[in-house]
Amino acid sequence: MNNTFLKYGLLFVVLILLQVSVFNNVSLFGYAQPMFYILFVFLYPVTQRKSLFMILAFSLGLSIDFFSNSGGINAAATLFIAYFRLPILKTITRKIEFDNDQFNFNNLPIGEQFGYLFILTFIHHFIIFQLSYFKFDALSLVFSHALFSSFFTLVLLLIYSGLFLKKTR
Amino acid sequence: MQQFFNFLVKYKYFLLFVLLEFFALLFTIQSHSFHQSVFVNSSNQFTGAILSKIDAFDSYLDLTSENKSLLEENTLLKNKLAHFNSLDSLQSPEFIELNDLNFKYISAKVIRNEFTKPNNYLTINKGEIDSVFNDIGAINEKGVIGIVNHSSKNYATLISILNQNLKINVKIKHSDFFGSLAWNGINYNVLQVIDIPRQANFKVGDTIVTGGQSTIFPEGIPVGSVLDIKTENDRYSKIDIKLFNDMSAIGHVYLIINPHKSEIKNLEDSNNE
Repeated sequence: MNNTFLKYGLLFVVLILLQVSVFNNVSLFGYAQPMFYILFVFLYPVTQRKSLFMILAFSLGLSIDFFSNSGGINAAATLFIAYFRLPILKTITRKIEFDNDQFNFNNLPIGEQFGYLFILTFIHHFIIFQLSYFKFDALSLVFSHALFSSFFTLVLLLIYSGLFLKKTR
Repeated sequence: MQQFFNFLVKYKYFLLFVLLEFFALLFTIQSHSFHQSVFVNSSNQFTGAILSKIDAFDSYLDLTSENKSLLEENTLLKNKLAHFNSLDSLQSPEFIELNDLNFKYISAKVIRNEFTKPNNYLTINKGEIDSVFNDIGAINEKGVIGIVNHSSKNYATLISILNQNLKINVKIKHSDFFGSLAWNGINYNVLQVIDIPRQANFKVGDTIVTGGQSTIFPEGIPVGSVLDIKTENDRYSKIDIKLFNDMSAIGHVYLIINPHKSEIKNLEDSNNE
């Protein structure tokens, strides 16, 4: 328990620092902005208590908001994907229960892994851009921003999983 | 009652979700109104300190370009000084001094700059200790940057001109046709001027400067040059201007403090009553 606590606490802090020092300053073609910190949502164990997970996701987003003066945009989006992570995972993998503590998304078949990462990332980015434009007539702009940024984030997530996540199967 | 508790237990995650989302949206809505993002902003001590650490590392990489821009500005100021020295004695020196005394400049370093979002902010390393408060304008040698909207003891945040909530009074140089500078959120080099009267006469390439009708910016600070003019029914429907500044690379800014601001404001308020 203590070990888990320490590990994800560290991940939490490192992801915030990485996001505000590096990824917030990266923008591909002035268009695609990676939001790598949502890695936390993917790595956090599915078997842990859901209420704690939601509070952590909310605080993670809010911390990013503090650094980027964006109100509660990141908090809203990160909480949203944290809440819908398990239902979406269940839909994609067509499984009812995830009781394995060692589960990580790297063990999914490549198609399911890609779909799971992409759907959550896109929902997150879409909420971010929709809330930051804050009007409905910018929908195409929001959509393209979210799509390009999602691909950018997705590439980073896949690089991370290739480098650091072991396949346990 | 029992049923109510059952309901709470059954939907506790959903209720927590709704509660937290409510707070997140509340902060978001507050941040979209000009002065009210009381809680979530990067001018507080903690984020300010971390951002300035990150910036201290970054700025080593920018030293060359920073030196170059300082050198350019030095040259500009030297030229201006030479110009003032050579003014003939018929022009009263008091007039010049009086004009300059109206505004006081202090320098600050940008420790965080944004330009890719629809509503951008900057964080600077000067705060209330250096008498930086709300509604103080920030410029650099090339033009207007933004306006202070939050300050803590040692840090402050600026609303960038790349922010859809900000409008700045501008005019066409060497004329008295005023308009407002706004941004449509698309290209960080191209801003828009709105509300220019239809009888204004200007062409592509003309310079846009600050209008001096507000107490925040003095008159005549450069903003950009006209890039594209579209008309509709004899009215100007859209005027694009290209900024002189590269908003993606802002190092130092000057804050303009107007000592007479409260006096002017009181005077104007007394008329409105």
